Amino acid sequence: MQLDKTSPSGTGTPATRTLGVLVIASLIALSLFGLVFSAEDVVQGSTVRIMYVHVPSIWVAYMAFAFTAISSAVYLTAKNRSLGWDRFAGASAEIGVLFVAISLVTGSLWGRLTWGTYWVWDARLTSTAFLFITYIGYLAVRRLGGTHRQRARRSGVLALLAVLEIPLVHFSVRVWRSLHQEASVADKGTDVELDGLMLFSLFFGLVAFTLLFVWLVIHRQRTLWLEDAYADKGLDAAIVARREEAGV
Amino acid sequence: MQSVIELHGVVALLGRFPALAGVDLTVNRGEIVLLQGPNGAGKTSVLRVCAGLLPIERGTGHVLGIDLSTQREAIRSRVGLLGHTNGLYLDLTVSQNISFWASTVGANQAEVEAAMSLMRVDGRLATVKASQLSAGQRRRTALASLIVRRAEVWLLDEPHAGLDSAGRDELDSLLRTAVASGATVVLSSHESERASALASRSVVIDGGRAQ
Amino acid sequence: MSTHSVSRITVSLAVARKDLAIEWNSKILVNQVAPFSAIVMVLFAFALDNEGILQRVAPGLVWLATLFSMLVVIQRTFAVESADGALDALRVAGIDPSAIFFGKAIALMVQLFALELLLVATAVVLYGVEMSALGFLEVLVTLATATIGLGFVGTIYGGLASAVRGRETLLPLLLLPVVAPVLIGATRATEAAFESGGAKVSEGWPWISLLLMFAVIFGVVGSVAFGPLIDE
Repeated sequence: MQLDKTSPSGTGTPATRTLGVLVIASLIALSLFGLVFSAEDVVQGSTVRIMYVHVPSIWVAYMAFAFTAISSAVYLTAKNRSLGWDRFAGASAEIGVLFVAISLVTGSLWGRLTWGTYWVWDARLTSTAFLFITYIGYLAVRRLGGTHRQRARRSGVLALLAVLEIPLVHFSVRVWRSLHQEASVADKGTDVELDGLMLFSLFFGLVAFTLLFVWLVIHRQRTLWLEDAYADKGLDAAIVARREEAGV
Repeated sequence: MQSVIELHGVVALLGRFPALAGVDLTVNRGEIVLLQGPNGAGKTSVLRVCAGLLPIERGTGHVLGIDLSTQREAIRSRVGLLGHTNGLYLDLTVSQNISFWASTVGANQAEVEAAMSLMRVDGRLATVKASQLSAGQRRRTALASLIVRRAEVWLLDEPHAGLDSAGRDELDSLLRTAVASGATVVLSSHESERASALASRSVVIDGGRAQ
Repeated sequence: MSTHSVSRITVSLAVARKDLAIEWNSKILVNQVAPFSAIVMVLFAFALDNEGILQRVAPGLVWLATLFSMLVVIQRTFAVESADGALDALRVAGIDPSAIFFGKAIALMVQLFALELLLVATAVVLYGVEMSALGFLEVLVTLATATIGLGFVGTIYGGLASAVRGRETLLPLLLLPVVAPVLIGATRATEAAFESGGAKVSEGWPWISLLLMFAVIFGVVGSVAFGPLIDE
């Protein structure tokens, strides 16, 4: 992969444009499957349709954070330390945070409709909230300033620390909850009887959102690349200006 | 391997600002090199690059044959840097400060006491907290900490600042002794007459470059 | 010339001793942080205003007060490094970052442990907590294991937050989510030790193993991660 040599002139290429068209088409199709073709649930009625956004969102979030961790590990271990991997990590984390937020919002709306409450202290919900906060912290560290390499090294280490932290938090929250109450409402509430078409719509949602993630992460990585390139271009000018300070 | 420091076209950043905009500098073993130039010219950054503290963004640099781009950490134990700040713990006494630095390199109590008396921070001053010292006394404490660290390359940022004239004389003779026993010194100073007499060579740094 | 090679353990202990000497000379922990912790415990009592509830939730309050006080202690422990550029001096001295990490973590642990003892004593006095002998032993073991974990993880994120001057405000955001397992584990173990809410002393030990696991993981990781986090 040629990541650092030259920066792109824009963020689109024929391949990503094709992908973008595919994403739009599949999101339109998902809307039709989710809102029109698929049946209502016997118990939940139309409420169940939130599932087609909620489940793919958290799927994208997990995928994004996993990709952040992998990209960070590649950045820190690869010999040439290509900043492209750092930008992939950052782009992916931003998208992850966005989609965790979407899944938390859709989830609590869904919870309000089915269980009558926005939030339950369920293990999965609680550790998802922690995931959200953790990566907000990660993004804050990325914005600390300094050189590109400082940013990449700090946030890379932090992303790997998060990989350790998340299972620990999840595990302890789960044990914490399991001691105090039996299987949570959340698990019961989502026990929807899915017929063939509903199941298909759900899986189609996963595919559509995955494509959306790929499209977003490529473009975000490229805009970050342009940002870095812009800062570097500023650097050339700044070096010239710095030299002219001499003898003034 | 006579050249101790070799910088070629070094660019170093403070945030996004190019503090160094292409510095070329060669320093040979046993030299005392004086960096001159106006405030903000990049003298401090040159010293911090040589100490392995500030990363090189462009160009190449070697200190004691060690590549600053790839092995920045390896150089650190072999140089001693006295920066704008003294690197003291303000809540520790003079002797606690110096003893701490000594213990990190395995220097013994005799060396600590020798350094303290050389820099005249022994006796009553030894038990005074660093926060209660005058600027010159802090500078002398920092120099004593540097002595016990036995560096091969001494990088001194304004070492004369804050010292009285007796202190300056002592510093100069200290540096001559260090050089005589094989060390190399790079220093910046606004005391140009005094420092020029001390230095074997001076280099003007301006606009982030060696002129 | 730097012929004396000094072992990492020696340097770690020197760093720890130095941090504790700073505390001994300045008495910040005794004169400022400990009173702060105590007032937090009093404020909890105002907020909850019911002795039955206080006794029931005393373990959680002890650990919440510990976490808040810890933020102050960590900021202090890194403020002494940046006040006069000492962290730079440590780095130029070529001191192994993992030795700095362990040294600062050890000093932090000692200070935290003292604070926690004070907080437990406060809970006994103010909240009417009672303990069996075995329960007291369990409290001590809980304090020890939780403190080791907190010391390690606090040093990692404290170092990161202090590496960028003026961004110490980042510390709570980064640190508090990570220490959630310690809050959960230590609170449950302390509940068992206090036998609050009908818990039994024996129920505490599995939680202590969680605390131990946390401590080991972050001790190992911190020794590797600390260097890159504090470097420029």
